[in-house]
Amino acid sequence: MRATMLAYTNHDSGIHRLTGAAKLIFFAVWSVSAMITYDTRCLLVLFLFSLFAFKISKVQFQDYAFVLYLILIFFVLNHIAIFLFSPLEGVRIYGTRHDVVHIAGRYTLTWEQLFYQFNIALKYAVVIPMALLFLMTTDPSEFSASLNRVGFNYKIAYSVSLALRYIPDIQRDYENISFSAQARGIDISRKEKLPRRLKNIILILMPLILTSIERIDKISTAMELRGFGQKEKRTWYRARPFARNDYIAIGIIAGIAVLTAWITFYDGSRYYNIFK
Amino acid sequence: MKRAVIEFQNFSFQYRAQTEPTLQDINLTITEGEKVLIIGPSGSGKSTLAHCLNGLIPFAYPGEMTGTMRMMGQEQKELGISELSNIVGTVLQDPDGQFVGLTVGEDIAFRLENEGIPQADMIGKVAAAARAVDIHEYLGAAPQSLSGGQKQKTTLGGVLVNEVGILLFDEPLASLDPYTGKKAIELIDRVQQETGKTVLIIEHRLEEVLHRPVDRIIVMSEGRIAADLTPAELLSSDLLRETGIREPLYLTALRYAGCPVTPEMNPQNLAMMELDSCTDKLQAWYDNHGAQPESPEYPPVLELRDISFGYEKSRPVLQGLSLQVGRGEMLCIAGRNGAGKSTVSKLICGFYRLASGTILMNGRDIGSDTIKERADRIGFVMQNPNHMISKTLLYDEVALGLRQRGIMEEEIGERVHGILKVCGLYPFRSWPVSALSYGQKKRVTIAAILVLQPEILILDEPTAGQDYRHYNEMMEFLLDLNQQGITVIMITHDMHLMLEYTERAIVLSDGIKVADDRPERVLTDTDVVRSANLKETSLFALAVKAGIRQPVEFVRRFIAHDRRSRGQ
Repeated sequence: MRATMLAYTNHDSGIHRLTGAAKLIFFAVWSVSAMITYDTRCLLVLFLFSLFAFKISKVQFQDYAFVLYLILIFFVLNHIAIFLFSPLEGVRIYGTRHDVVHIAGRYTLTWEQLFYQFNIALKYAVVIPMALLFLMTTDPSEFSASLNRVGFNYKIAYSVSLALRYIPDIQRDYENISFSAQARGIDISRKEKLPRRLKNIILILMPLILTSIERIDKISTAMELRGFGQKEKRTWYRARPFARNDYIAIGIIAGIAVLTAWITFYDGSRYYNIFK
Repeated sequence: MKRAVIEFQNFSFQYRAQTEPTLQDINLTITEGEKVLIIGPSGSGKSTLAHCLNGLIPFAYPGEMTGTMRMMGQEQKELGISELSNIVGTVLQDPDGQFVGLTVGEDIAFRLENEGIPQADMIGKVAAAARAVDIHEYLGAAPQSLSGGQKQKTTLGGVLVNEVGILLFDEPLASLDPYTGKKAIELIDRVQQETGKTVLIIEHRLEEVLHRPVDRIIVMSEGRIAADLTPAELLSSDLLRETGIREPLYLTALRYAGCPVTPEMNPQNLAMMELDSCTDKLQAWYDNHGAQPESPEYPPVLELRDISFGYEKSRPVLQGLSLQVGRGEMLCIAGRNGAGKSTVSKLICGFYRLASGTILMNGRDIGSDTIKERADRIGFVMQNPNHMISKTLLYDEVALGLRQRGIMEEEIGERVHGILKVCGLYPFRSWPVSALSYGQKKRVTIAAILVLQPEILILDEPTAGQDYRHYNEMMEFLLDLNQQGITVIMITHDMHLMLEYTERAIVLSDGIKVADDRPERVLTDTDVVRSANLKETSLFALAVKAGIRQPVEFVRRFIAHDRRSRGQ
């Protein structure tokens, strides 16, 4: 089978050695902080920090290259959309107006808008590397153990890990189904017109859904026979206790969260204004 | 007197959705430490019996029970499914579908995790269970990287970790190749001897299970217990043929030779069997059944020349493979999992691009043909019919390929009805597909391909998961198609199928062709048999034991005779 994208890769690095729970907490707090703040100084520092984290994780570029390109495309689309729908958002936020060039109609490019969108770009740049890093350095089974540890019901946590377990199988099912469908003349490539193509996709999805239901039925029987869900609590074979580095990581993220929140809000506005 | 661990008394069970009871009047006692085989054709109630034992009935599949059933002296009704799972450990049919962990270690630990056993205790117990089933070197391996046999070992480890008293195996051989199946039977035997646990095996492949001794065989038929005998007694009786279970091939051969089988001869184990009274009769039978004609020469229709392929560049799946298929031939491609046999069919159909080499059809290079163009001449039927069926009505399903090709509705009707008659599905033409049995669904998928009028039909494991009667029906049907001129290529590791229904077997191992010959010669060649995870047929062993000088020819004469007498 072809190599899986964005899958857990087992390198030995400080990031990999952190427990899943520590990474999950870190990632969650990190994302919230980056979402709240529009303070350019904080975002720049966070961005540099995330690059540093990436460097020490030893994750290879080709493991996430495809996903990164995909995100970049959406990133560009998103920026165009922001400008199209709200070309003067920056002016509204920062309260001043410095034109760069008039394009057409209501569309004028302003320094305020450029700065505003630059901040948004930075937010992307802060959150995405951490998200990728979290996915690629966390062992899926440890991930469900950590979900359980941070308070999720174990049945929900386990279903996450099961989903991960069955992704390759369902990919294989899909491949087989689509092959045999194509052999019968069900074309889902661009050669077919859109309405027909959608209809054909449904023809392929039908058996995929049915076989997946069959799978779920089988697996839930097997799990029931082995005592899943009988008790209030369960333990985890792959759980790991917090080590020194985990506490340090939690400490760092707590510090980052407090600092960014303080810097962002101490002058009363989420936006760092360079135009005053 | 040993204590009874399982007791059924006048026990009947009826599923809520059924109008008739699936199990009727079961009286059965199994004592501690026994090893019991439960056999029966599909629909005989043997799986239902297993579900009663592990508690899926009534907890997952509700219905009405009458009579009593006691496990370890307690009423089953009063035990919960989790209490029952502390008594009975179940190894289900498909090792893939029940693998819940992301690694071997986690899967074995699953039961302990659910019990809330502290992690520190768990690690030692998992290691011990893994060692008992000989999978301890793979504790960190992911399910995708394991073979079928290793997955099954893991599942067994996951049951043993819990110290249950009874081990229940529900069709353990169903998805294993012959060699791995043999190993699985040996493993079950070893575990039973080492632990002294009670073992129940539900299967319909009698000869394969008898590779290691069992104490008793229960024969199920139409929801009742038809027999409860020792293997020697059962094999000496006519019961197997009456209930539609295939007897071991060597016993069929003895029967043809007119040699009566008695329990004293030890018929349950060929190696230990007393054959002195039979050798003359076997030799006489051999001499009376003349040589079989050589298979005819077929003009080539499909040719693979020196093809290579790999999903990843660094790991080739096929290396320089060449083979020819004749028009009107019926042949099979065999090999263990990962040997490249499914890949060959996918390359022929154009699902993947060749790395090098050419594929010729009727002398023309079809390398640049699309999947759809190839499909007009080469039909591919997948193993799992549910992977192919996208319409709710049988008629629509069969018509689908024609409609996609823009053929007039009138002509479609004619062709679909014609094919449904050929496939024996005409009476069901207005039925929904979901109302059909597994074997019928399989036929629907074949019909849906045949309606496109291919010259070649490729089938992936056409008989997987089917009992002897359904196997026969399916294969006679394919043989019929073949005699109407369709070339049939089957991908399989079913040795009976190879021997009985093909004229040629191509065996792949690690992407290289290691044999291309008549099946009886392939299945008696030790090197090939080993490299392809097959097994030597017991007919050959019988012929050798009886001192017949040309054992391979004996196998061939037997198969020809057997086919004729079954065809009647």
